[in-house]
Amino acid sequence: MLEIRGLHASVDGTEILRGIDLSVSAGEIHAVMGPNGSGKSTLAQVLAGHPAYEVTAGTVTYLGQDLLALDPEERAQQGVFLAFQYPVEIPGVSNAYFLRSSYNEVRKARGQEEVDPLEFLSLMEEKLRIVHMSDEMLNRSVNSGFSGGEKKRNEILQMAVLEPRLAILDETDSGLDIDALRVVADGVNKLRDPENATIVVTHYQRLLNYIIPDRVHVLVQGRIARSGGKELALELEARGYDWLVPEAGA
Amino acid sequence: MTVQYYQQEFADFSRRRTGADPAWLAPVRRSAIERFAALGFPTPRDEDWHFTSVAPIAEKEFQSLDSAGGLVEPAAVAPFGFGEDDWPQLVFVNGHCVPRLSMPGALPRGARVLDLPSALREIPDLVERWLTTLASVDNAFTALNTAFFRDGAVVHIPASVELTEPIHLLFVADASAAKGVSHPRNLIIAGRNARATVIESYVSLTEGSYFTNAVTEVAVEEGATLRHYRIQRESSRAFHVATTQVHQARDSHFLSFSFATGAALSRTNIYTVLDGEGAGATLDGLYMGADEQHIDNQTRIEHAQPNCFSREVYKGILDGSSHGVFNGKVLVRPIAQKTDGKQSNNNLLLSDRARVDTKPQLEIFADDVKCTHGATIGRLDELALFYMKSRGIPADTARTLLTFAFAADVLQQIESVPVREMLERLARERFTGSPTEEPVGASAALR
Repeated sequence: MLEIRGLHASVDGTEILRGIDLSVSAGEIHAVMGPNGSGKSTLAQVLAGHPAYEVTAGTVTYLGQDLLALDPEERAQQGVFLAFQYPVEIPGVSNAYFLRSSYNEVRKARGQEEVDPLEFLSLMEEKLRIVHMSDEMLNRSVNSGFSGGEKKRNEILQMAVLEPRLAILDETDSGLDIDALRVVADGVNKLRDPENATIVVTHYQRLLNYIIPDRVHVLVQGRIARSGGKELALELEARGYDWLVPEAGA
Repeated sequence: MTVQYYQQEFADFSRRRTGADPAWLAPVRRSAIERFAALGFPTPRDEDWHFTSVAPIAEKEFQSLDSAGGLVEPAAVAPFGFGEDDWPQLVFVNGHCVPRLSMPGALPRGARVLDLPSALREIPDLVERWLTTLASVDNAFTALNTAFFRDGAVVHIPASVELTEPIHLLFVADASAAKGVSHPRNLIIAGRNARATVIESYVSLTEGSYFTNAVTEVAVEEGATLRHYRIQRESSRAFHVATTQVHQARDSHFLSFSFATGAALSRTNIYTVLDGEGAGATLDGLYMGADEQHIDNQTRIEHAQPNCFSREVYKGILDGSSHGVFNGKVLVRPIAQKTDGKQSNNNLLLSDRARVDTKPQLEIFADDVKCTHGATIGRLDELALFYMKSRGIPADTARTLLTFAFAADVLQQIESVPVREMLERLARERFTGSPTEEPVGASAALR
């Protein structure tokens, strides 16, 4: 589904990704772990098309096409979804309107009919249950005044509505208490499908107790330092990241 | 010199007014034209006009508009109304009231909505007591209006009367307004503990160049609540200068919304004096400029007594080469202890050529007060744009939605739903070129 080859990316002239290779197949969950500043969030943002990051080398192929040639909205319309580490507040736009606009754009791109507000509401009832949210959240401005946990749940709600082929969760666990973490993880697990793939970017192993990855990759200084099965996450939990970090000057 | 032109016009005008004006008005007009002649048109050297040159107005000899012009059909003005049969509506064409286009609506007993000539006949004492007593002729445009006004609306809500339906005063310019000037003069009196909503709309049926010079005087008596919505949608080649001068008694509340999107050059002054303890003023506004438009908003809130509050939020959206101005003064007199004032002005620039000058001013002469103010000028939030795009929303739609959200935020202050919905629709049309029927704002319930 996703083939990343020799990916280099920089922000403001500073190189953050320094040659990433990664293959993700349909039905798989991959965890990308690493210490702060290793480039994990950059990788997530580059895949979604954040304008601040410049890809300087390498290729990304998604469902047989050049992902990097697509605008962010085209990527979303073709099934790429990024759950933001810091979801953006948009005062004045209701969550309901935002979600439905987004849903209809994705449907249009798939050649499906747009839904009207009533049809959308009945769809929302089911989706809200997945993330234990009340419909009162739909009337509020997008993420405005939401608590940290509400923002993260709102991201998973969007994911549930858009049903992406490739979901990228960028530190969705950060700042969540254990109950909120369970809700988010349950949501992700319910949305699993043999046709879809998920990349979970996380600093801690904790989330991986609830979302069991097929593969774990450790990013260090912009490169994948090690890949393995889910037991690698446990090893990182026990030993930390230092043993994978090259000596200074090495 | 156009000042001399208006002085000559006044000589003719005052001869013709003999018999039409009450005796008290003639000397008021005379001293107003003298004041105008002494002041002349303001220049950017005047502090209050620093960012706005009125040369395009001062250089032209606008003809007095003597009649309501051609025959305007009800269907032509209908789109500017709210489609509510119960709402009293007075329609003025080129400054003259046209009863044929007006509607009495559902007015409670004792409440009056009259054109000025009728008010001078039917409630002369009340008109004499208030008219020309509030708005100062130290403003040259107010002086000019005072010298020349002929028509306008007089609204009187007697003590303890509560209006359920808003009153709409609709000022329309038609093709025969070209090169002409009208001086609408309005008077709104909300008696003790009265409650009412009055809407003033200024619109055009053509793209003509004309000049509207309006003055509205408002008295909000003890315990009364008055909502005042001002909708300025003049022709894109028109000039619009207006002053609303409000006087507030004890425990009164005046809530104003000023919506300005029309005219080549506009200047809207909203001034209030909180002249009784416990009074409050809420002044909000939205101005949207495009092309070469110049939109100036000036507010002044005078805290003249203790324990009063004021709240003010003005937002501006400037596109093309348009120029927005906000100048908001909050003046706290030495006696006005425990004043609670908040003011903000936020501007969104949609183009590199658009420009805004914002000048919030606090002048505080009392020591026990709580006053804040702030102003921002910015562009659309790139991160919010990316967030929306990452959800599949195309870049243009995302931009429109964010711009509209910026406007909707302040439009939510409008309590009257039909008014709010009309202004939301106008704002949407402004940014998309086409209306969408549906509310996007967070205030809008799921309908």
